[in-house]
Amino acid sequence: MLFYIFAAVAIVSGAYMVLTRNLLYAGFSLLLTLLSIAAIYVLLFADFVAVTQLMVYVGGVLVLILFGIMLSSRVHDKSVMSENTNVGWGVTISMLTLIGLSYTIWQAGFSSLPWIHQADTSVLAGQKSTVQLIGIKLMTDFVLPFEIASLLLLIALMGAAYIATEKQKV
Amino acid sequence: MLAFLLTLMLLLGIVIVLAYAERKVAAFMQDRMGPTEAGPFGSLQSVLDVLKLLQKEDIVPAAADQKLFKLAPILIFAAVFAGFAVIPFTPDLIPAGIGIGVFYLLAIISLDVVGLLMAGWGSNNKYAMLGAMRSVAQIVSYEIPAGLAILSVVMICQSLDFQEISYQQGILLNRFPGLEFETNWLFGIEALGINTTNIGGITTWNIFRAPILLVAFVIYFIASLAESNRAPFDIPEAESELVAGFHVEYSGFRFAVLFLAEYSMMVLVSLVAVILFLGSWNTPLPNLTALKFANWTTGTVGELSGILWGGFWLLSKTFVLLFLQLQIRWTYPRLRVDQLMHLCWKVLTPVALGIVLLAGIWRLLMV
Repeated sequence: MLFYIFAAVAIVSGAYMVLTRNLLYAGFSLLLTLLSIAAIYVLLFADFVAVTQLMVYVGGVLVLILFGIMLSSRVHDKSVMSENTNVGWGVTISMLTLIGLSYTIWQAGFSSLPWIHQADTSVLAGQKSTVQLIGIKLMTDFVLPFEIASLLLLIALMGAAYIATEKQKV
Repeated sequence: MLAFLLTLMLLLGIVIVLAYAERKVAAFMQDRMGPTEAGPFGSLQSVLDVLKLLQKEDIVPAAADQKLFKLAPILIFAAVFAGFAVIPFTPDLIPAGIGIGVFYLLAIISLDVVGLLMAGWGSNNKYAMLGAMRSVAQIVSYEIPAGLAILSVVMICQSLDFQEISYQQGILLNRFPGLEFETNWLFGIEALGINTTNIGGITTWNIFRAPILLVAFVIYFIASLAESNRAPFDIPEAESELVAGFHVEYSGFRFAVLFLAEYSMMVLVSLVAVILFLGSWNTPLPNLTALKFANWTTGTVGELSGILWGGFWLLSKTFVLLFLQLQIRWTYPRLRVDQLMHLCWKVLTPVALGIVLLAGIWRLLMV
């Protein structure tokens, strides 16, 4: 029941985000979408993922997007509004993506997958949270991807700092 | 639902006392009397202020963005209030005892930032906009040293659960499920050979278990001043240049909600500081041979005495920190924006990174 409420909120706010012309309203409805998706994660016993989603997307990415919109447009200007361009291509590509995704989901036939039937609702199995398991997995089985991701982020950070520095006149 | 109402009532009570204390402390620091008329020593002043605000007309500026303007105060207060959900008030009283409370708190506070942007933009006023921008830039920057200071506590305590961190800092250590066979040593080092598990009191607070956390506490406290827009980090509402910052257009009930959210933020950051560094709801008095001060001032868990003692210690420690916040407001001049960023990125963040490293080493000594 709760799942359907949050799913409906996520879909409605997501649709509003796409359909509204005002970029700022789109940003704020993205907040609602992200919150309801975090709620769905909680319902799936993925508490750590839910909080990380809030931390990274709401606290970081969304604030950055809003800042970007506010700093790049003047208040009394109409530039907060977005315009329709490339209607033909947009419709074609989104329809193709929809067809592709529907076909894949239909082909997967997930109601007959064996692990769905074996899945247990008591995933946590006495654990208070998934943090310990995630931590152990990150430091053992997935240590290489984890470290590579950190290296990638470091490179991105250095690149951003380099672009932002003023060029010294020699 | 009961936890929601109780926490809200408690919070309203604390905020009203705090608003009165703010006036009285400010008056004392400036050698004035402060409020004297309403009630004995002016103690009803803040209650009457709230009543006055509730009666005022709710003005929405014609040029403001109606929807955002009206929604913003609710979002800001909801974000701050949601943080209280994971605060343990006594050994067995916590609104929502989730396992990743500390991480949740850090994430939910960042929701506040979105509300501030909404208020600033919705007001359609350049002072409000500038105030919101400054406030958000400041909060986002100071989350980093605050987060690192909290991380060093989490490394020492090996837990993200506020209640577990609380139990670790007192004589009730072995009462928490999963910690039955733990022992506390003086300064956390077993080699010293002084077992403080049954001594309790101040010797088992986090700043004593790992003295390095004393530095982390100072960093967290400075960063928490910035996160709640308190002086000396109050450039977002610098009245001499921005009138009042992001809430300049708000009046009546909406202003009361913003005001409440701001004071709740002060209470929340002080509560978190007390829980993480200053022994949470544990008594500061240690057991000294025959004089069992710690046992006498802890009460029995699960009974009324435990609840009363726990709440008393937690709130009185919080009020000490709140008093410090009020006092600092009238002691230090406001920082310029470049000084603010210099302090955050070039002083606090490197020191906090060093503390995290040292906390890791300390934890190895503790095992």
